[in-house]
Amino acid sequence: MADMIKVSGLSVTFTSAGRSFRAVDGVSFSVAKGESFGIVGESGSGKSTILKAVAGLVKFQAGALELNGQAMGFARSRKERQLLQYVFQDPYGSLHPRQTVDEALREPLAIQGIAGAEAKIAAALAEVGLEPKHRFRFPHQLSGGQRQRVAIARALILHPPILLLDEPTSALDVSVQAEILNLLARLRAAHGTTSILVSHDLAVVAHVCERVAVMKDGRLVEILGADALRAGVAEQAYTRQLVAASRGYARGA
Amino acid sequence: MSGPLLEVAGLNVTFPGRGGETRAVRDVSFTLGRERLGIVGESGSGKSTTGRALLGLLPASAKVTAGALRFDGLNLLSRSDADWQALRGKRISMVMQDPKYSLNPVRNVGWQIEEAYRLHRRCTRAEARAKALAMLEAVQIREPDLVYQLFPHQLSGGMGQRVMIAMMLIAEPDLLIADEPTSALDVTVQNEVLRVLDKLVEERGMGLIFISHNLTVVSSFCDRVLVMYGGKIMEECAAKSLGAAKHPYTRALIQSAPQLERRQAELATVQRDPAWLT
Repeated sequence: MADMIKVSGLSVTFTSAGRSFRAVDGVSFSVAKGESFGIVGESGSGKSTILKAVAGLVKFQAGALELNGQAMGFARSRKERQLLQYVFQDPYGSLHPRQTVDEALREPLAIQGIAGAEAKIAAALAEVGLEPKHRFRFPHQLSGGQRQRVAIARALILHPPILLLDEPTSALDVSVQAEILNLLARLRAAHGTTSILVSHDLAVVAHVCERVAVMKDGRLVEILGADALRAGVAEQAYTRQLVAASRGYARGA
Repeated sequence: MSGPLLEVAGLNVTFPGRGGETRAVRDVSFTLGRERLGIVGESGSGKSTTGRALLGLLPASAKVTAGALRFDGLNLLSRSDADWQALRGKRISMVMQDPKYSLNPVRNVGWQIEEAYRLHRRCTRAEARAKALAMLEAVQIREPDLVYQLFPHQLSGGMGQRVMIAMMLIAEPDLLIADEPTSALDVTVQNEVLRVLDKLVEERGMGLIFISHNLTVVSSFCDRVLVMYGGKIMEECAAKSLGAAKHPYTRALIQSAPQLERRQAELATVQRDPAWLT
């Protein structure tokens, strides 16, 4: 199957006040069409930076990025921007506090000049399990789970072939997380979206993704299948350590 | 010492609102010895409100009533602000969830750690400084004298949380209330912070109330667990046997979390029964 996302030798360096920091160092991977790919790692391992580089939100200094067979740089045309959408970690921070749900969902359609907003907004809300009464509410009138549903609806309203999920459930309760993960699974089955999920929760990544990349200090430690991750048969010691840590606190260890 | 460290009987907290009162905590009773007690529940289950009530940190609008609220023989229900000051920080401390919001951004780490010590003990600045450095070392910070001078924005999440713990423990309290102390941290850092807390509980014989929404952490770290929903305690059980919990709410919570060990086609969602709150 064709690769939807191809990242080769990607490096991102941040420079501030004369000091530079290499956040991502020569990372390569590819994601097939319809696949769900996971990236795990600690804070500062560069997992979110990869996602931002793929989305064109940060510049990359070396390497190449291909989306749907086309080479991508930092600047993207409007057409190129239709390829992907992003769901952020914090639904409290990623929605405009003074925009209603309706306005939030209308904006991507207006930017891309797509007609028929009324029907599309109603359909997108229904798809993520929100009721029509939620449409004219402000973010503060919604619960955390409802807000994340709005963020997902906003991402999916343009039917992008690629969805980038940056810790979409880590700000939510487990019970709400279950609802959002089920929703994402259902939407993926319906639209055949390719996705990259970044999370520090190994159980979530193993649940959602087929293959998982493990990151440490900007480098890719290894890529392994979700079943291998689950079985704890990782090749690298670091991955095994991460798996052990996520099984809970071991007294006396 | 005889009797439990903390005794809570029939604690109720209500907040007035336009649509009538909100009952945030309903009839909560438990006792705590020198042990690790976990409180789990979803957002809005009243777990943080319970923790705050024990420290008298609720806003003035909150109505707190209880049959008994005793800490080491002291009645916590009728205390003046001055009485609270003698207790807070010195004998009962609280670690908050997010070090980014709970540390003072314009003061260096060392000054903030020393503050509690200077307020509660007669000491010289040099003594306070030495104590702060020792605390930083106790929470496993590698270069205490370097970190001492840093400002909160220069710390990583795990370091910030350890600084908070150092700050809360410098006055050597008998009871520590930790409100989601590891929720903002990575799993590996989380276990390091838990190890620090564990060591302090063991060595000092401190009582710990560990508030969290993470069932894995609570069941592997605590001795006993209270499961809260809608302000009420649904179930109390030994942490080790949380997996064998009987209450339908506890069972549903456990099942809604994805498991690393086995593959699930669809995650179970939590069905709530209004009868639980009556």
